[in-house]
This record gives sequence, structure tokens and C-alpha cells, in this order.
Amino acid sequence: MTVNKVFDNCDEAVADIVDGAIIMIGGFGSFGGLPINLIVALARQGAKNLTVIANMGGVGFELSHRIKPGGYQDAGILFENGQVKKFIGSVPALGGMPPTSPLEKLYNEGKVEIEMVPQGTLAERIRCGAGGLGGFYTPVGIGTVVEKGKYKKTIGGKEYILELPLTADFALIKAHQADALGNLVYRGTARCFNPVMATAARTTIVEVDKLVEPGQLDPEAVVTPHVYVDRIVEVSG
Amino acid sequence: MKSRLDEQTIALRAAREFTDGSVVNLGYGMPGLCANLIPEGRTVFFQSENGMLGYGGLATDAEKDYEIINASDQPVTQLPGMCFFDSAASFDMIRGGHIDTVVLGAYQVSEKGDLANWGRPGRPATGMGGGMDLAAGAKRVIVTMLHNTKEGRPRIVRHCTYPLTARQCVSLVITDLAVIEVTGEGLVLREIAPGWTVPEVQALTEAELVPAADLKEIEL
Repeated sequence: MTVNKVFDNCDEAVADIVDGAIIMIGGFGSFGGLPINLIVALARQGAKNLTVIANMGGVGFELSHRIKPGGYQDAGILFENGQVKKFIGSVPALGGMPPTSPLEKLYNEGKVEIEMVPQGTLAERIRCGAGGLGGFYTPVGIGTVVEKGKYKKTIGGKEYILELPLTADFALIKAHQADALGNLVYRGTARCFNPVMATAARTTIVEVDKLVEPGQLDPEAVVTPHVYVDRIVEVSG
Repeated sequence: MKSRLDEQTIALRAAREFTDGSVVNLGYGMPGLCANLIPEGRTVFFQSENGMLGYGGLATDAEKDYEIINASDQPVTQLPGMCFFDSAASFDMIRGGHIDTVVLGAYQVSEKGDLANWGRPGRPATGMGGGMDLAAGAKRVIVTMLHNTKEGRPRIVRHCTYPLTARQCVSLVITDLAVIEVTGEGLVLREIAPGWTVPEVQALTEAELVPAADLKEIEL
């Protein structure tokens, strides 16, 4: 017997996200690989005091037109709604954009906390969390604000910083195809942080362009094994 | 007023540094232009931190696929032999020394080659993205930037006053006025924009420049 992981829609898939939850959101930049439908569903659902772990804080709908014709929703909507108390990521706001993204505005008003993490360190902290490791040493950030307050160690004559693992209550991710068991394949650069985050949350929720039957995905091509995936929603567009 | 090089020309000069068969990462903004400017006869494998190796140039409107994008969110073209991977694998590649050259933008570069390229006064929420990883992990760091701020202040300084990306990581700086190599003996002025003199460029630079014995006009 297998558990039914397939949900009819994103609203049902995010319904039990509680106030104060730690949420990983896949994707890379403002739109690439972003689980947009799950993000918008979470905005509708309204959970508050969330900690969001994502590479980027999103630019919000207004600024998004500068990046992609027609504009789009991104994680900015969660900040606009005042649902987030803390952001952990590498690009809270883009320097090349006006300082009016929802997260940057909120931060400047002192209403949200930011933990700035170099992008590779972010990926590795998530991988550590996923793999049950206690942390790792990296040379990235030596001599910068990133090393502040962190344990340092010299290994083989080179200085390293100890970085600690990250895990989450929920991961919202985007994949190209899933089979009903939850095996996932991705498309192009929409892969990015999604496979890493899929492995590091207690509950991983994925939106996919296409849902297929077990056996229809080439086992050699599966990137995320189904054991990591808890909920699947097929979305269109 | 004498003319300075435009961004396209700075990127063209930077692309001349790419050796045949090398793996090159292009940072956010101006460096992205290099993708379309590889010198003829050379093969370059562009790596993008969001998990792609071996992409082509910037896509035309007809070619745009928003799931094949570079680190600046711009759609790029696909080439035979290209591949995709996740962010953790991408940064293993970067930290592990598999990137021959990275081209990054900058707010400031110091005389020792310190790089400041992610934070500036009044914008505490802008992040470093993958810049710190790239600066620490790439074999060679090239900076492309404008020589001066909008207000005319030097960006090539004795000590960076903006938040650092990494210490002593920059090898070569290409600006709208000059090509400058960071060496143990200081900042060597290798090439200079057409029509400009060494004292003129020095006056717009806070750090001391050492004119190369074979100083020449910027060649494209």
C-alpha cells in the first residue's frame, strides 16, 4: 500500500502550515524555478511569523515587470502580507533594483530580520541539514562580515569558517515532472535550489508541470527520489 | 570631455582574456555581456551559478526560454554538450577550483586586490549572492566596472570602505579608462583608453598606479 501524495490543488497542499513555521522556498533568482503557485497559496492561507529560507527575497509584483514581460508573483508577496519574521538567504534584495522590493522595505522599517548567507554556503548548509551532518568548514566569507561571531579553524594552513546546518518544517519546491510516488525530474535552470531543499524539510511539497504514472520516468534521470517528497500538485502554466 | 569606453566595449575587452577551452563564470550585470563577445576561434564553457555549464549567448526574443537563464535572470541559448545541475553541485564546482575565470562587477577594488561588490551605504538588504564563493574559489578573478562613481569618486582605492566580498582575490581590473593588473608590486597600469594620459587616469584613481614599461592603448 502506498500513501496518496497527490493533492488536487495548492491551497489544500499548504493548508496545515502553521504560524511560526520554517519554510524553504526553492528557485534561484526572482522567477527561475520558483514554486509560484504554492507561494501564492501560502499567501492566501495566511500563516504568520514564518522564517523563510530562500536564495532570494523576491522583488514583488511591481518590480517584476522590469525582469520579465508581464510580471509575476514571487516570494515578495509573503513579505507584502507581513507573514514573515525572518529571512535567511543570499540575495534579500537586488542592488540593481530600486530599494522598494517588499522585503527591503520591511527590513528598512525594522519589521523583519535578515540572515545573509553566501549562496554556496546556503546550499551546503541545507545539504548538511538534509544529510544529518552537524556543519562544515568553508573558506568563503573569511575577512568579511560573514565570519563575524563564527568559529574559525586553520586546516592545512588555510583559514575556514564553521557553518551550521539548516532544516525546515516545510519545503515548497518546483519540478518539471513527478510520478505519483514523488520521483522528480527538473527542467533547465529551474532545477537550482529545488533538489537541495526537497531533501531538507520534514514535509516537502512540490508543484509540477506534469504528473505521470510510476514507470513513466526514466529511473536513470530521476533527480529527487520519492522518499523526499510528501505532497504533489500538478499545476498548469 | 573625453570619451570613456562603454559597457559593451569593456565587456569585449574582458572577453579577450578568455583562453580556449576554459570554464568561465559571468557575474551579475555588465559581465553577462561577455557571453556574446567570445573572440573568434575560441571555445569557452560558461558556467552559471544557478546550475548550468556550456550555454551560448544571450537569447533573442524568439529564442527566449525562461527556464534556461543565466545568473542575471536573462534567458540564454542552448549549445550541444551543455548540462544542468543543482545549486549545491554548482558551488562544489565553484569552491572546488573548477572555474578558470570569473568576471565580476564591483563597487570598489583596493590596491591589494580586495574586492567589494555587494553592499553599499544606504542599502543594507542587498546580498552577496554567489559573489563570495566565486571570489574565493575561481582561479582568476577579473573585475569589470566603471572607473568612477556617478559623483566622480574613485572606485580603485587604497582600502575598501564598502563591505568586502573577499580579500586579495582580484587579478585584473578592466574599466572604462584602463586595464590594471594587481601584482605584488602594486597596481600595474597595462592599457589606457584612447586619448587619455597616465596623469589623467591617476588623478581619477585613489590607489597608486604603476605604468607598465610596455603601456599601450586598450586593444580590442
